[in-house]
Amino acid sequence: MRSYLPAFACKAPASLDEALVTLASEPGKWTPLAGGTDLMVLFESGKLPPGHFLSLWKLPELRGIEVTDDAITLGALTTYAEVREHATVAFELPMLAAAARESGAIAIQGRGTLGGNIMNASPAADSPPALVAYDAEIELVRASGARWVRYRDFHTGYKVMDRAPDEILRRIRIPRRDPGQHWVHFYRKVGTRRFQAITKVGIAAIGRVEGGVARDVRVAFTSVAPTVLAAARTEAALEGQAFGPGLVAAARAATRADVTPIDDIRSTERYRHQVAENLADSFVHALFAQKA
Amino acid sequence: MGRTVGTSAPRKEGVDKVTGAARYVDDLVMDGMIHGVTVRSRVAHGRITGIRFDPGFPWDEIVVVTAADIPGRNMVTMIEEDQPFLAADLIKHPEEPVVLLAHADRDLVIEAAKHVHIEVEELPAIFSIDDGLAADVRLFKDDNVLKRFLIEKGDVDAAFAEPGLVVVEGEYETGAQEQLYLEAMGMIAVAAPGKGVTVWGSLQCPYYVHKALKPLFGLGDGEVRVIQAVTGGGFGGKEEYPSLIAGHAALLSWKAGGVPVKVIYDRAEDMVATTKRHPSRTRIRTAVKPDGELVAMDVVFDIDGGAYATLSAVVLSRGAIHAAGPYRCPNSRIHARAVATNHPPHGAFRGFGAPQSCFAYERHMERVAEAVGLSSVAIRRKNLLGPGDLTATSQVVEDQIDFPALLDQALEASDFEAKRAAFAKHNADPASHTRKGIGVATFYHGGGFTGSGEVHLASVVGVEALRGGRARVLAASTEIGQGTNTIFSQIASDALGVPYEWVEVAAPDTGRVPNSGPTVASRTCMVVGKLVQDAAGAVVTTLRKAGLLGEEHTPEQLAAAVDSYLERFGELRTFSQYKPPAGIVWDDKTYRGAAYAAYGWAAYVAEVEVDLVTYEPHLRGFWAVQDIGTVINPLLAAGQVEGGVTQAIGWALFEEVRWREGRMINNQLTNYIIPTAADVPPIHVAFAPVPFAHGPSGAKGVGELPMDGPAPAIVNAIEDALGIDVRRVPALPEVVMEAVLAKRAAAGEVQHV
Amino acid sequence: MSDAEARAERLAVTFTVNGVEKTVETLPMKRLLDVLREDLALTGTKEGCGEGECGACSVFVDGRLVNSCLIPALQVEGSRVDTIEGLARGGELHAVQRAFLEAGGAQCGICTPGMVLAAVDVLRKHPNPTDEQVREGLAGNLCRCTGYMKIFDSVMTAALAIASRDGEGAA
Ligand SMILES: Cc1cc2nc3c(=O)[nH]c(=O)nc-3n(C[C@H](O)[C@H](O)[C@H](O)COP(=O)(O)OP(=O)(O)OC[C@H]3O[C@@H](n4cnc5c(N)ncnc54)[C@H](O)[C@@H]3O)c2cc1C
Ligand code: FES
Ligand code: FES
Repeated sequence: MRSYLPAFACKAPASLDEALVTLASEPGKWTPLAGGTDLMVLFESGKLPPGHFLSLWKLPELRGIEVTDDAITLGALTTYAEVREHATVAFELPMLAAAARESGAIAIQGRGTLGGNIMNASPAADSPPALVAYDAEIELVRASGARWVRYRDFHTGYKVMDRAPDEILRRIRIPRRDPGQHWVHFYRKVGTRRFQAITKVGIAAIGRVEGGVARDVRVAFTSVAPTVLAAARTEAALEGQAFGPGLVAAARAATRADVTPIDDIRSTERYRHQVAENLADSFVHALFAQKA
Repeated sequence: MGRTVGTSAPRKEGVDKVTGAARYVDDLVMDGMIHGVTVRSRVAHGRITGIRFDPGFPWDEIVVVTAADIPGRNMVTMIEEDQPFLAADLIKHPEEPVVLLAHADRDLVIEAAKHVHIEVEELPAIFSIDDGLAADVRLFKDDNVLKRFLIEKGDVDAAFAEPGLVVVEGEYETGAQEQLYLEAMGMIAVAAPGKGVTVWGSLQCPYYVHKALKPLFGLGDGEVRVIQAVTGGGFGGKEEYPSLIAGHAALLSWKAGGVPVKVIYDRAEDMVATTKRHPSRTRIRTAVKPDGELVAMDVVFDIDGGAYATLSAVVLSRGAIHAAGPYRCPNSRIHARAVATNHPPHGAFRGFGAPQSCFAYERHMERVAEAVGLSSVAIRRKNLLGPGDLTATSQVVEDQIDFPALLDQALEASDFEAKRAAFAKHNADPASHTRKGIGVATFYHGGGFTGSGEVHLASVVGVEALRGGRARVLAASTEIGQGTNTIFSQIASDALGVPYEWVEVAAPDTGRVPNSGPTVASRTCMVVGKLVQDAAGAVVTTLRKAGLLGEEHTPEQLAAAVDSYLERFGELRTFSQYKPPAGIVWDDKTYRGAAYAAYGWAAYVAEVEVDLVTYEPHLRGFWAVQDIGTVINPLLAAGQVEGGVTQAIGWALFEEVRWREGRMINNQLTNYIIPTAADVPPIHVAFAPVPFAHGPSGAKGVGELPMDGPAPAIVNAIEDALGIDVRRVPALPEVVMEAVLAKRAAAGEVQHV
Repeated sequence: MSDAEARAERLAVTFTVNGVEKTVETLPMKRLLDVLREDLALTGTKEGCGEGECGACSVFVDGRLVNSCLIPALQVEGSRVDTIEGLARGGELHAVQRAFLEAGGAQCGICTPGMVLAAVDVLRKHPNPTDEQVREGLAGNLCRCTGYMKIFDSVMTAALAIASRDGEGAA
């Protein structure tokens, strides 16, 4: 049963500054509200505690996708629909575009934001693995200033992150890659069905092959750990290595050691382990298939 | 006048539905209306020791109803009388209704419900068929068996003792399934002493609700009125539970002095509290000759009925009658039990037990085929029923069906044999990341109530002739999306000889329409449709007898005749009542004889491709060929088949009800997974009509048949793809993975998990 | 309620619905779905789940297809909202509505208003859609009755009708 509507105060500041001042006035009192596709679900099912909400939805400072020579910067309010429609993003960040395309379905994509996806900190979210694999940095702002954080280090535990109560996420910056190099982007979401599906296991991985060996490998998983998982062992197992059955086995074993899945309402620990390994295996094949 | 039967006449209420003008119960607003909510038990089994209301709420402003407020009998009238409207003392399942609240401020009353605490002394609870049968915890009589049937033919024990037979055994399971009509349930009631009870709601069977409300308030027939609002799907789910909600809304209104009370369930409440498809377990033992001819079948079919008897007996009956499949087998024994547990009562859902037993026998046929070295197709072809053969209830098949030809039609349409061969090649390729398979199922489904059920119902339909030759069909059969309004109008307009547009169907309202029986069991077209035809025909006969109409007539002549008749006599209404076709004999004691007046017959084919990285079975195509008699409206009939097939795809591959202590814990659409537009394969529907002499223009039923065959066809295809023997649905990727890994382990391959 | 220290204040929210400007007095977090159905008596927008899964509550906000059950009233201040009631113009059904009638796209009808709007969205983006585009475009709108086949047919029928009408218009 839904939460008690009259106990939900909400206001919409006219500018980012006003929002930050409000947040700073009583840190922790106000909860940011973006597209609402996470918060309103909690509200409807009675799981959202009453309180004060600050709607960011119409703040222009948090919108827009900017492309410069060395980075693509996306405002926190960038919706999945906007990600999908942006040609440079689709071309250079195909894993982020894939995550957007496969998140929820059209109507969710028109409202759900990247910032909300990050800050909701679900271990099953779909854009975080792509952001980890793309070496994203995020900017957190508060009335007293702003700071950039490497996204890979942002989530520190289940729903725990490196955020002060009066901070909001302003934007996400992704470095552009050398177009002269050939990168293999490997993204796969394994959900409960094709769309409108929460991920049971997901992977975003990127790398290139130079002189027959894997270089600059990044591997991230979702839904197999308390947070989005940067699979450091898997990355290390691949970096500098040449293709062969031994490498596939090593990658599988490293992934097995990286992930710590659980049984839950959507899947089993055994399934997640097995499929995560299979996905790592597929990535290794895809990575080297390009050069073959 | 051109016939409209056989054409795809447009849906009667279509314009209202595509414009958003159609009024469902939650769209209705009445003056002074207040909102009701239900407070439910958290535990599965226990004794109520008290009800506590948190301080700090304006309780004096809130209407509060408990069992003590019930003016009449606290018992839902169904088959057995064992389910209360509100638990008074004993709680037998999670989410059992205990307290009702109502207030004009909906937010307030929803919040108030969270502050009512039902104090309970817990009792041990049971949640499985085996624990039910063990009867250490007694829920129903001595043995927890809500209902039992034994259906025997020939001499099974003697047959198994014959030498030279191959014996095949198997055990199969199916899970609960949520109907998931997209409109959650709801009711509005106005009730007050001296004024009677009126309810409007989302429901399938107005007269069931009517029957249940009378004793609740101690009122007579004329004092209770039940009106169906436009209803957003039912699939059986709105057959019995609406009686409870109607009772609840009416009790609140009664206590509140007659103000309208609206009770609307949200999705989570609808899923957690109301009925689902019965989980089942079937054990089959078969004796077969080395050439594949079936000699004997011994079936034990058990279903989990949940905490109260409700409709379990009839679900069990249908499941049991179909449990030996559409096969010629001289000796069969079907022992069926519905077992009580502390789950919320399971109930009606499209197919009514038959999909459960069909999954078992159609998976089992693969084992039989394997045992005698025949193909999936050959084993079926050899044993399919035909005219003159005897079913498991010893009913002589009267339908002039050519079942092997129907099977061939499905095989040809799907290119079955060629695909089996091509897929075997694909699957042998080590570089491939998928495995492909194709599977078939043959099955049948009886139309109408079982055995003497229709005789007991004795349904009545009326047709009222109106000025200008317009006509109105009077029936309690409800439009729940399946097209009742449209096919009744088609049948009546043909019988009257007037255009389709001239006929309308009265909104089901027990104050205005006769009891044409419940809208269930694939009976609406075949049984009630026939009554519509007869009642409409009686209008013509009456006009002829009155000398106003000749042997042949145009619509205009009929219009003129009706007008003069009305002038002379005031009104023209004709009624028709069910009479069983001659020669239909059924024995309720031995469960022998003509179980159904007619059957639908079908052969379905599923094609799958399983991803070896994720173990997801993706459906690539589905072919559904069936005989449902004359097809009254091809567009609607195909829509029924496609919808049924898709529900069955959900049951086969996605839909798992997850229980904790008897309570559904995935009662949200985010984690109870039904197929979306992106998950269904192209579904190819074909009809092979064999007209049925006693149906309207030769029609039989279509509603339930398409739910039966898809699950086994799909799992048979998965077996063809991977060589794994999955014996339960849903065949989730997790289940497929375990079977694949087990098979690899058995083959000595290295294993990690 | 007693444990909630927060107290929402009602506020006036102004937005256009089907081309007409409306102002409603509402609590800020009230769902757009409820504002439409209760405050504006536009009951064509349906609730199937309240959790963003089923699409029965689909409407357009500023031209984007969204789930109105997930949008707090205060967020539509100044927005343009289009619902099923605004689709038929001057008593004439939209091509998609006609196609749903013709091709059997509606059964019980409860998913239909949302489904029709999602279909309109598909055809705006892809006037000549592929099967896959239709499936993906409708994947957020659950239907339990039809098995979707007749809905796909309806979308394709509408695409043809729109193309031939536009063709005539151009000629
Ligand atoms: C039907 C459905 C399907 C979905 N499918 C998917 C899916 O496939 N994959 C997936 O990953 N997710 C999915 N989601 C979840 C959700 O849509 C996403 O997480 C979305 O990105 C959330 O964004 P939002 O703007 O709507 O978040 P909101 O609900 O507005 O906020 C989410 C959280 O983030 C915080 N927040 C938002 N913006 C900021 C900010 N700028 N600074 C600080 N904190 C902020 C909020 O306080 C809140 O805690 C689905 C949701 C629904 C309802
Ligand atoms: S009611 Fe909004 S998506 Fe279901
Ligand atoms: S027509 Fe009933 S849910 Fe779609």
